[in-house]
Amino acid sequence: MSARAKPHDFPEAARRALGDTQLRRNLGKATTTIRTKRAAAVAELEDWEALRAAGSQIKARTMATLPEQLERLEASVTRAGGTVHWARDGAEANAIVAGIAKASGADEVIKVKSLATDEIDLNEALEREGIHAIETDLAELINQLAGDWSSHILVPAIHRNRAEIRRLFERTIAQGRALSDEPEALTEAARLHLREKFLTVPVAVSGANFGVAETGTIAVFESEGNGRMCTTLPRVLVTVMGIEKVVPEWRDLEVFAQLLPRSSTAERMNPYTSFWTGVKSSHPPDGPQEFHLVLLDNGRTDVLSDEVGRQALHCIRCSACLNVCPVYSRTGGQAYGSIYPGPIGAILTPQLRGLDQAPSLPWASSLCGACYEACPVKIDIPSVLVHLRGRVVREVAKGRSEKAVMGTVARVFGSRRRYETAQKLARLGRGPLNGLGGGVPGLGAWAQARDLPEIPAQSFRDWWRHRERGGTGEGG
Amino acid sequence: VSAGARDVVLRRVRDALGPAPAAPDVERAYRQAGEPVAFDPVERFCEVVADYDATVHRVRDDGLEEALARVCRERGAARLVTPVGLQWRVDGVELVGDDPPLSPRDLDALDGVLTGCAVAIAQTGTIVLDGAGISGRRAITLVPDLHLCVVRAGQIVPAVPDAVATVAPAVAEGQPITFISGPSATADIELNRVQGVHGPRTLDVFLVEA
Repeated sequence: MSARAKPHDFPEAARRALGDTQLRRNLGKATTTIRTKRAAAVAELEDWEALRAAGSQIKARTMATLPEQLERLEASVTRAGGTVHWARDGAEANAIVAGIAKASGADEVIKVKSLATDEIDLNEALEREGIHAIETDLAELINQLAGDWSSHILVPAIHRNRAEIRRLFERTIAQGRALSDEPEALTEAARLHLREKFLTVPVAVSGANFGVAETGTIAVFESEGNGRMCTTLPRVLVTVMGIEKVVPEWRDLEVFAQLLPRSSTAERMNPYTSFWTGVKSSHPPDGPQEFHLVLLDNGRTDVLSDEVGRQALHCIRCSACLNVCPVYSRTGGQAYGSIYPGPIGAILTPQLRGLDQAPSLPWASSLCGACYEACPVKIDIPSVLVHLRGRVVREVAKGRSEKAVMGTVARVFGSRRRYETAQKLARLGRGPLNGLGGGVPGLGAWAQARDLPEIPAQSFRDWWRHRERGGTGEGG
Repeated sequence: VSAGARDVVLRRVRDALGPAPAAPDVERAYRQAGEPVAFDPVERFCEVVADYDATVHRVRDDGLEEALARVCRERGAARLVTPVGLQWRVDGVELVGDDPPLSPRDLDALDGVLTGCAVAIAQTGTIVLDGAGISGRRAITLVPDLHLCVVRAGQIVPAVPDAVATVAPAVAEGQPITFISGPSATADIELNRVQGVHGPRTLDVFLVEA
């Protein structure tokens, strides 16, 4: 969840993840289950493809008219009694939220799961200001208690099984009590722990699934009711929303309210969706009487400037692409080194942070295309991956040792004499082909993702020459 | 305080898009509000709501109050909060009007809530509340652990677009809208759906057919 100083190395992180057999079991079970469920939920709607097409077009149209939509949203929210803030980056957004919490005299805030606030490390920033952020989504709570990273957009604790969660709760929120492994008992422990917070903490922070320019309405889709609690009971509500989450019209939600639940939790509809518009102060007052909307850039306009890559901003954070991805379902989300994992993370993270910060992520894919087929807004992830690979090679790898090493490999493979010499040298433990399994500096990422065949004790050419001289080909 | 940031972000967006970004038209070839469907909305609504582990009680208008009383007895519910202006009477149950508005702490001490709804969606088994009239304030259907919701057959529309169109005027007036599809739930532990985390753990739907 924290920004990293050093560029993220997917192959190295993936290697660690692949060695964790518990993680692979948990992930394998979870992604298989949800893939099957999603296919059934999607098959129920005869007009699914038409909905996908409309969703894709609404997003493309929104991006093309983004300045207008953001100004409309600002005007609508303001008219409805809310206050709109703009943040160039995470630090600016964090300062705005901290300022609002302090002005309300709060030393605690309750939070609805929000990827945008995870992206900007809001919790850590608030902590530095003496404000404790309490995650109220069950999985986020599990990760917060464990000091752990999210591994999935939708079910962030997908990498933990019930026994691990029971032990964690017994150490933290249910100290001195013996819990059972049953999910019901674990959930009850979380309910008891958080209820008092919902009833008393005066400030809440949420993200937004959608913000409607026409009406100023913000939408949060959720399951547990923690989202309703946070957006209803506290006196002050702050919503941090990426600028790409705006949709032009209220009516557009008829498309996304069908696409999102079936793609994410594979349900016909998620249990709770809240739509609120500014402050409802007329009698009887309903919900927070102070509402702040923080519109966050933090790299999104960089993504927007790439004509091919900008479709990554269409993402509605359903996580369908994670569940169908052969790479994600083996490595899990933490290997992606970002709050946005899986195929969408592989195209979003390098663009948001800068290609030099995550140059290996566009290669974290087999380009099988399953993500594109599953995406409810038809983001062509494989094409963006290929495009970003090209950009990494042109803009980042240029002049690096990788290019030099690749040049050497090309020269060696380009000449039979040099190749045979290199093979012989490799058998002796030296020469340009030696150590392609990982030892060549600068070629690590490329070589570690591929299993090169062992250099044989005797090459085919040596064997053929020996055979022509009447040998058996054995030994040598 | 952030006028500078506003200008910078909007300028960055315009610079990123260039002078004439192509804005595709939106083709709404999906089923839109008011278009026919191949299923019976009332039957479908009952099936889908039951799928969420909510209980559907189908009653005639003159049997509603009796059904409410029976379910309250079965659930052990003696005190329910109701929106202002709700007319039903339930034998053996104290109905506490939300006027003046009850505090979250008061709501937490009650056994449940009894409301109507604004509209209901058959295809997704969704109850839509609009924060006014018989839907009540948002907090009353959130804090208590039991929600009894009365849905009239005539309020059921086939699919999401119909409901989005129905509540559009309320949204324009700034009313909060809540979609409820089954009791609160989580699948965060090994993807097992567990009923009831923070919202009402029990949802009883009373479907009234004239």
